[in-house]
Amino acid sequence: MDAIILQILNGLDKGSAYALIALGLTLIFGTLGVVNFAHGALFMIGAFCAVTLSKILNLSYETIDETKTDFLGNPLKVKTPYVEAWFGPDIGASIIDWAVPLAILFSIPIMIGIGFIMERGLIKHFYKRPHADQILVTFGLAIVLQEIIKYFYGANPIPTGAPEVFRGSFDFGVLLGFDPNAIIYPYWRLVYFAFAAVIIGAVFAFLQFTTFGMVVRAGMADRETVGLLGINIDKRFTIMFGIAAAVAGLAGVMYAPINSPNYHMGMDFLVLSFVVVVVGGMGSLPGAVSAGFLLGVLESFASMNEVKAILPGIDQIIIYLVAIIILLTRPRGLMGRKGVMED
Amino acid sequence: MSNSNLTRRGLLKTSAVAGAGVALPTIFTASSAAAYTNEPTGGTVTLGFNVPQTGPYADEGADELRAYELAVEHLNGGGDGGMMNTFTSKALQGNGILGKKVEFVTGDTQTKSDAARASAKSMIEKDGAIMITGGSSSGVAIAVQGLCQEAGVIFMAGLTHSNDTTGKDKKANGFRHFFNAYMSGAALAPVLEKLYGSDRKAYHLTADYTWGWTQEESIVASTEALGWETVNTVKTPLAATDFSSYIAPVLNSGADVLVLNHYGGNMVNSLTNAVQFGLREKQVNGKNFEIVVPLYSRLMAKGAGENVKGIHGSTNWHWSLTDEGSKAFVKSFGEKYGFPPSQAAHTVYCQTLLYADACQRAGSFNPCAVAEALEGFEFDGLGNGKTLYRADDHQCFKDVLVVRGKENPTSEFDLLEVVEVTPAAQVTYEPDHPMFAGGALGSCNPGS
Repeated sequence: MDAIILQILNGLDKGSAYALIALGLTLIFGTLGVVNFAHGALFMIGAFCAVTLSKILNLSYETIDETKTDFLGNPLKVKTPYVEAWFGPDIGASIIDWAVPLAILFSIPIMIGIGFIMERGLIKHFYKRPHADQILVTFGLAIVLQEIIKYFYGANPIPTGAPEVFRGSFDFGVLLGFDPNAIIYPYWRLVYFAFAAVIIGAVFAFLQFTTFGMVVRAGMADRETVGLLGINIDKRFTIMFGIAAAVAGLAGVMYAPINSPNYHMGMDFLVLSFVVVVVGGMGSLPGAVSAGFLLGVLESFASMNEVKAILPGIDQIIIYLVAIIILLTRPRGLMGRKGVMED
Repeated sequence: MSNSNLTRRGLLKTSAVAGAGVALPTIFTASSAAAYTNEPTGGTVTLGFNVPQTGPYADEGADELRAYELAVEHLNGGGDGGMMNTFTSKALQGNGILGKKVEFVTGDTQTKSDAARASAKSMIEKDGAIMITGGSSSGVAIAVQGLCQEAGVIFMAGLTHSNDTTGKDKKANGFRHFFNAYMSGAALAPVLEKLYGSDRKAYHLTADYTWGWTQEESIVASTEALGWETVNTVKTPLAATDFSSYIAPVLNSGADVLVLNHYGGNMVNSLTNAVQFGLREKQVNGKNFEIVVPLYSRLMAKGAGENVKGIHGSTNWHWSLTDEGSKAFVKSFGEKYGFPPSQAAHTVYCQTLLYADACQRAGSFNPCAVAEALEGFEFDGLGNGKTLYRADDHQCFKDVLVVRGKENPTSEFDLLEVVEVTPAAQVTYEPDHPMFAGGALGSCNPGS
């Protein structure tokens, strides 16, 4: 039982990342009708926003310590971060320690800006082109963004820690009446799950309860009619692209302490997120979110040794297997709308 | 009658041989006037450096390229000469190899076997490379080694730690300076026993390809010989990025040691996940839970950050060694690039010098002459103590380092500390050891 609870927690956590990326993908597809293969790259850029802020906060001046030597035997250059010099060692160290949460503020305008530039500079030229062209151009863009990050940050993963207070793990075992150590779960992964829930809730509330959201939903249902009413729906859709980019970016920022950011992390998530979108139903926001959590939990269960003993290798194919079964029985996915991706 | 002996079977045989000849790739038939493939005829000789320049191991590849360029500079008489000054063989004169200036071409393996073979083939056929070296994955090294055997050039392996490279997949034209999984197990086991005792239960997570399999086999064998019990061995896909669902079952498995047979990004993520799940603070069976990373590299330790603190593993070489060869290499590399070399840089630098030295001693670039000069060659001064290039399998036997993630690093390079230098004798095995059985060295192929 404890192992099952642990895998459910794991699955919800994986599902959080899938759901956040799939939510952004669906927002873009639902509003602009564009299949955005660069969405994983936006997730990756978000993670590198956290890396960048961490590097900025760690910018240092050098002093020479004559009592120690560096690897060449020369006097050691000791680095002291400017932040520590300006705010004092304790406050400075705390600011550096909170780099990832602080990067949320830093990344929102950056990601919205990148979203605007992508949409206005490139993607708008492909609205009326076939989906295959859109996939090719956005996939190409993803590779370009990936290579830019690699050029500046290198190919190795860059460790980016959570704040000290969130680095431990929580003992659910004691809370639920199991043995101590039976169900241990890292604090930061719990934070990630809560964060994902807040973001998903905020996006739904924005679309459901604001005038802007109402117009966007109307535009998603019938773009031409909304346009004929004199509403500049294109402008609103551009803003939605920026919001979708910000959602992917925030998912990346908060993911940085879970696995050290690297330049190909976007590609690692992209294919899975597309499967999530297809399983949830192209264009359906609740579908994307629920499929994200569903597939995250299933993947987690499939990784259990007991399951793999019966079905070897199931952990590697479970998501695709479920996708095949769902698409065979419900070709529009779990909550897909009629007409989406159909001629 | 000249063809009076021609029978139907004879005709078929002749046709088959002729057909096979026509079908052979150009690398077997090109430059037919030469005695061997890519025999240098002018004033230069070309070496092929085949490393990952893109893909997840690109940083290791970049460090390998730096070391290759440094080696070429030293061979041509430039720089401070680095380890050429400490190398016990004094055949190299600083005037290239056999008086020919050394040039090089580079290829990108992408850490993919097919891409690596394609780039090696191109360097041999189009650029006239007489020796191929590099790699950062055992899968790649084994694939390129096979190609070099067919093409008739020498392959001086770079990073490859699978037992199979000089085991079941060994080739007469291939040579490995780097250590292997068996040696990691043999070096680590006594240290693990000293630190954690002989009554332990180990859980293995293993990268699902040749290197992971042989490392798991080696570490299981060496720890079980101590009395450790292997609770479970779980294969993880190479493409995995989040290992939490593989780590979670460890919590309730009864294991008190987790062995991560992972490398590169896999190791960075699996170790980070294991630490996040509180395994370092856990107590099982009345003992502190321990994590072991059998194959360490400084570049990987950098990626894992402070999670490596206090965790043990093995490595081929480390820049903090104080022998004259290591000091000379660190100085040379550090002054040129501003940071210390990685073990990847060290092993490929050594391989280049060893190849050049063998040509010099053989007085020829002919792969068979070079192979003969390397087989059974004993040397010192390249940073790992006295070393033997064993003739039976073309594996180097030298001291192996056991290292630990440093608790209080003084700089961004100071991530690992050497806790034990395991003597070569302790990690040496018989050529017919079961973990290395199943293949044949064959005979050297000089090509066309």
